[in-house]
Amino acid sequence: MWTDIIMVLLILTNMVVLGTSRLRACIRVVAVQGVALGILPLLHSFEWQLLIFAVLSIILKGIVFPVMLSRTLRQLNVWQEESPYVGYGLSLLMGPFALAFSSWISLRLPLPYTIHSTMLIPVALFTLIVGLFIIVSRKKALTQVLGYLVMENGIYAFGMAIAYHQPMLIELGVLLDVFVGVFVMGIAIFHISRQFDHINTDQLSALRN
Amino acid sequence: MIILLAGLGFIIFTGIASLFIKDGKTCTRFGAAGVIIGSLAAVTTAIKVLFSGETISFKIPWQVPYGSFYIVIDSISALFLIIVFMACSIAAVYGCGYMAGYKQRRLSAPTFFFNMLVASMAMVVMARNGVLFLVVWEIMSLASYFLVTFDHEHESVRQAGWIYIVATHIGTAFLLAFFVCLGKYNGTMDFDNVNVFGKASSVLFLLALVGFGTKAGIMPMHVWLPEAHPAAPSHISAVMSGVMIKMGVYGIIRTISILPEIQLWWGWLLVILGIVSGLLGILFALAQHDIKRMLAYSSVENIGIILIGLGLGLIGLAGGSYILAVLGFAGALLHIINHSLFKSLLFMGAGAVVHSTETRRMDLLGGLIKRMPLTAGAFVIGAIAICGLPPLNGFIGEFLLYYSSFAAALSKDIQIVAPAVAAIAALAMIGGFAVAAFTKVFGIVFLGEPRTSAAANAHEADKAMIVSMWLLAVLCILIGITAPLVLPVIISVVMQIVPAEYEIAVLPFNQPDKMLWWIVISSIALFILISVLAMIRRNLLKNKTVTAGPTWDCGYAAPTPRIQYTSSSFSQPIVDMFKNAMYLKRNEVKIDELFPKQAQFESHTPDVSNEYIYRPVFKWIDRLTGKMQWLQYGVVQMYVLYIAITLIILLVWKL
Repeated sequence: MWTDIIMVLLILTNMVVLGTSRLRACIRVVAVQGVALGILPLLHSFEWQLLIFAVLSIILKGIVFPVMLSRTLRQLNVWQEESPYVGYGLSLLMGPFALAFSSWISLRLPLPYTIHSTMLIPVALFTLIVGLFIIVSRKKALTQVLGYLVMENGIYAFGMAIAYHQPMLIELGVLLDVFVGVFVMGIAIFHISRQFDHINTDQLSALRN
Repeated sequence: MIILLAGLGFIIFTGIASLFIKDGKTCTRFGAAGVIIGSLAAVTTAIKVLFSGETISFKIPWQVPYGSFYIVIDSISALFLIIVFMACSIAAVYGCGYMAGYKQRRLSAPTFFFNMLVASMAMVVMARNGVLFLVVWEIMSLASYFLVTFDHEHESVRQAGWIYIVATHIGTAFLLAFFVCLGKYNGTMDFDNVNVFGKASSVLFLLALVGFGTKAGIMPMHVWLPEAHPAAPSHISAVMSGVMIKMGVYGIIRTISILPEIQLWWGWLLVILGIVSGLLGILFALAQHDIKRMLAYSSVENIGIILIGLGLGLIGLAGGSYILAVLGFAGALLHIINHSLFKSLLFMGAGAVVHSTETRRMDLLGGLIKRMPLTAGAFVIGAIAICGLPPLNGFIGEFLLYYSSFAAALSKDIQIVAPAVAAIAALAMIGGFAVAAFTKVFGIVFLGEPRTSAAANAHEADKAMIVSMWLLAVLCILIGITAPLVLPVIISVVMQIVPAEYEIAVLPFNQPDKMLWWIVISSIALFILISVLAMIRRNLLKNKTVTAGPTWDCGYAAPTPRIQYTSSSFSQPIVDMFKNAMYLKRNEVKIDELFPKQAQFESHTPDVSNEYIYRPVFKWIDRLTGKMQWLQYGVVQMYVLYIAITLIILLVWKL
């Protein structure tokens, strides 16, 4: 039951990310999502190893990332995603379609063993797609980092679903990856904005060829 | 086998270690010492295999999918290994002298890539797993690319490197298809036991021919040769032309030997390609003004001769003519060894000239025989050998081809007679033009009077360069004189290619053997005659004063070096006969009055296949890809979208 509740929470947070233009709210919502996902593995089995891992991921996603991103936000004095490629209404509308699509895919996806919750796979895929969509449809580099984080949450949830019996090492690797990614992006965004006075990635097209 | 691998390991190790040596001179010497010591160790195994006829194999599993570290040395591999180690060691010695000219450059990278090139070429001829083969093949191509682009500050060198890397990767693409098909039909990527029959084997043969032929420089695929060879440092040109293009020939030979079924038309195809490469190669060589470019075209010609030999061998194999099969392959193999010697020698000679005069244009040189007598002596031996003139090794290889062709021409089967007669005619023409081409090079560069001050101030080459050139020259003479002893070794290698029952058929024909002895005896007689004449001359001149006058001093009031033949005018009569085949671009003012005022003649020979095949094709590709430019938004979001869409389509499609 708790798994399902977390799944619903995931869907809702995804919808919020799709429909919000305020960046600070987005950061918080993504943090909530990360914490919820961090709790997920503890619901089924309780091992020391697992606990350490869960605590680590909650600390990173719930505290370190939001703090880092909020600081960048303050430094840059950017609070809103003004004119995205795809508007918020349309983005919100896209959400249910993506959910339906991922449910359809997950029905056809052959899985090696049974999974605790039937919602896990569709929601994981949904989160993945939403993350990708955020990256594609938004202009601010900061939002793209958020999209990246959401996508990682999707990967994490997917890993939870199929990799229950796998060593945690893989998950740890993914987490490290994301940490370094966000770290580097935070610094890069700061430098881009200092150089160009904005963080709109569409303006970077002057670099092509 | 352990000794051989240790030798290769040593070559690679010294290559890597040389990256950390700052001083250029020490660095090249260290790398060269590594190549020589490693080669000496490794070549013992190859020699043992060649003379004992046994096959050594070594296999350990490998992490790579479908791959295994599977190497086998049979006598074909052993023969090529000896060529690789010998020519590369000598080139390494030469490199020590040649690279000393680059005082302000760090020489770590070329030393490293040279050692990698040597090791990878040795691996190519031993690898028996498709994946392993492709990996070492690619290492070979890349190492040689970095060596070609050593002088990368020149625009022309970068352009040459670009052409080379594109050409070599097109070739590798065909090889990839070849090995994948082979693996698919065969069930494993190890290619020592192949059971492919029917149409599939023809497809495989054609794929191998294009893939390996690009590396070998067969005529329509040869475009990279005349670009890359002049651009590279000379000892690299020597190794690339003498050894690396033979890797392509090795590939073709290996393909022939592993495919169980041979078709007659493969042989015809090889003979035709060989004749085209040989004739056009030497004609283009004749028309060049750049000494190294000319040598590169001459490599195309020699690959043509080798291909004619292989084609005759194939025809003999498929048509059941023993003598044609055995001697055709033997001639090709012998010519491979010979060409690796004299082409290396000629490139080194050209390198010595370039090193001392800093130009490759023949029309700016002249009279170098007086300034660089040792280089000139070695060069002339190489030139005689490459023309296939009697006392030297080049003659022996071509002699075997002639012998087998004449023997085959007497048979009753028209399918065998026709290509044999064509081969005889083509070989004769190629030989004649080769003499003209090398007379031109030697005459324009070394004889006459210096045309510029650069040529007048030329100096003799470095000691290391002289030693390595003369080493090769001595080897050329040695093979020529010991031909009857070399032939049985070559025939034992041929036995790896042709089925075993041919061995019985070979025994009765000791005819070529006997003739080779006669050739040797008459060449020794020639040497004796020459020395006797020289002695007589010296005796006659003993008590007389000998004066030397200026070269052009016969009734000319004001002689200038410009009255000499130039490279254009020397080759003009022959080139004129073939101007339609060569698309010669010429610019002349004809003399038609009684008192001519001003006349000039200029010829320029762009490469036909480059001008009329590749340029249009690549232009078309360029236009096509230009139309795809709209995909290139420069917006990060679009790129991510492309990736996402691709992934989702793949996911849905697979479900």
